[in-house]
Amino acid sequence: MGQEIRQKEKKTLAELAAVIRSKNAGPFEITFDILFDNACYYRRVKESGVLTRSSICQLYSARAEDVVCLEYFDQALGIKVTLRRHHPSGSAGERDTYGAQQHVPLLTIEIPDFFAPPSWPGVTVT
Amino acid sequence: MKEIRILSPQGMLGYGYPSSSFEEGLQASPDMIAVDAGSTDGGPHRLGLGMGGVSRYATKKDLQPLILAAKERHIPLIIGSAGGSGAGKRVDWLLDIVKEIAKEQGLRLKVATIYADINKQWLYQRWQEGKVDPVDSAPPLSAESIKETTALVAQMGVEPYLEALKEKPDIIIGGRTYDPVMSAALPILNGMDPGLAFHLGKILECGALAATPGTAKDGMLGILRDGHFLVQPLNPERKCTAQSVAAHTMYEKSHPYYLHGPGGMLDLSECRFEQVDERTVKVSGSRFIPSESYTVKVEGVRQDGFRTVLICGIRDPYLLQQLDEVLAQVQDEVRSYFDQTSFQMFFKVYGRDGVMGAWEPEREALGHEVGLVAEVVAGTQEMADSICAYTRSLLMHFDYKGRVSTAGNLALPFAPPEFSAGPVFSFSVYHAVTIDDPLSLFPVKYVELRGE
Repeated sequence: MGQEIRQKEKKTLAELAAVIRSKNAGPFEITFDILFDNACYYRRVKESGVLTRSSICQLYSARAEDVVCLEYFDQALGIKVTLRRHHPSGSAGERDTYGAQQHVPLLTIEIPDFFAPPSWPGVTVT
Repeated sequence: MKEIRILSPQGMLGYGYPSSSFEEGLQASPDMIAVDAGSTDGGPHRLGLGMGGVSRYATKKDLQPLILAAKERHIPLIIGSAGGSGAGKRVDWLLDIVKEIAKEQGLRLKVATIYADINKQWLYQRWQEGKVDPVDSAPPLSAESIKETTALVAQMGVEPYLEALKEKPDIIIGGRTYDPVMSAALPILNGMDPGLAFHLGKILECGALAATPGTAKDGMLGILRDGHFLVQPLNPERKCTAQSVAAHTMYEKSHPYYLHGPGGMLDLSECRFEQVDERTVKVSGSRFIPSESYTVKVEGVRQDGFRTVLICGIRDPYLLQQLDEVLAQVQDEVRSYFDQTSFQMFFKVYGRDGVMGAWEPEREALGHEVGLVAEVVAGTQEMADSICAYTRSLLMHFDYKGRVSTAGNLALPFAPPEFSAGPVFSFSVYHAVTIDDPLSLFPVKYVELRGE
């Protein structure tokens, strides 16, 4: 039962976040900002444990050493992930000089329900 | 209470801004106008080719009201990373536009120019002394990469601007500059907190991008006081929210709250963002932590060859199903025909993984047509053109398995189908160099324009 409700409450990152963007951070890295305007959603994503170095690696077929940063910035309700680029900005083989269109795989990451399962005392799930 | 008001009219000189916003900013009695004019974001070719990301026309159009307002109010106009790359010839390019405006408007102007060009021997010596380290994910520097470098600038800190401001110029045109410096210089000269000053500068250098709705084509007012600063957009249709300003703090940096710059690091881990009124945000707690030794980032580019590009479309489902095999075979045949490997060839399949390449997670979801871009980079433009044309003819008539469309495999939208795209550059140097004197690399010069 609890499992069903939690399943129903799953949201994608795009549904929870206000901004999901990618941008070059210098010529050798692309950085991803996931920003929230709702502290509850931010906490839900942070505490879900879904966004990890290994889940990012899997999503982007990246190597562990290519994830140079994965940090939470509580004051900004923001999450930053920075990846090493395949091709330095603007060089031969470039696909995205500004790195502006690399955010898309993040949009559909599924975040489970933040709230405790209904079996917990005093908690009602509606 | 000591207070400095900074008007940032736009995120990049030449991007345009609403004149109503600029007027609004002037109503707030700013103590200075600061504008960023460059970036490495557009790629290495700007430094390599000595070109900018915006036109001379747009630069002049944006600049003229700034100069007139600054002169009329006796406040400094500070421009950083002139002409895109901040190289010396781009500083002179911007100075030339200022001269033209002074002449046309009959203005007397004292202009300070600060140059940021670096000499290769100097870098080589520093490298030999072990004073050079990669910035971010740049590869280690080698003697060869220094040798191949054709243009080199260092990103200056606040110190050369402090020198220039002491002479009270009307305008400062800075070469390559750490982005927050243009706004931070006057406050720091007045003894205000560098942590707050740099953080404010980091927000203001992008114009109204930290507002919501955000844009670099509009401006912002920053008010620096003891213990905090305020930011507010100039356009009443925008507002700063605690969230939008905090979010912008993270923008285009590798780490969300440790930001490295010349001579130290900005530590924003403890800063607070508070909503003061509907459109204004108060920021406090930003700290600048000076590093033990002073480092500047040096940016250099090398030319990797010349590029030719082919753009075409593929609609045939039999070809689409085996596109990778065909492209691999074509590449092999091209390499064998030209009997050399000293060129690079890249295929970008738009409609499949053209945007993301190896990062694409949905590579198997093939549409009914794709756009194919072939990129060839070779030692000369002629060789790149030859290889790209040969590739096109081979692709056009390639006899893949099950082929029924024997008249040709490509839809060519352009005649001629290939484009000579000119020199290709990459960043050969993107390194922090330890220096003894933050001023020594950045000569300040003064020009008196008489406006006639």
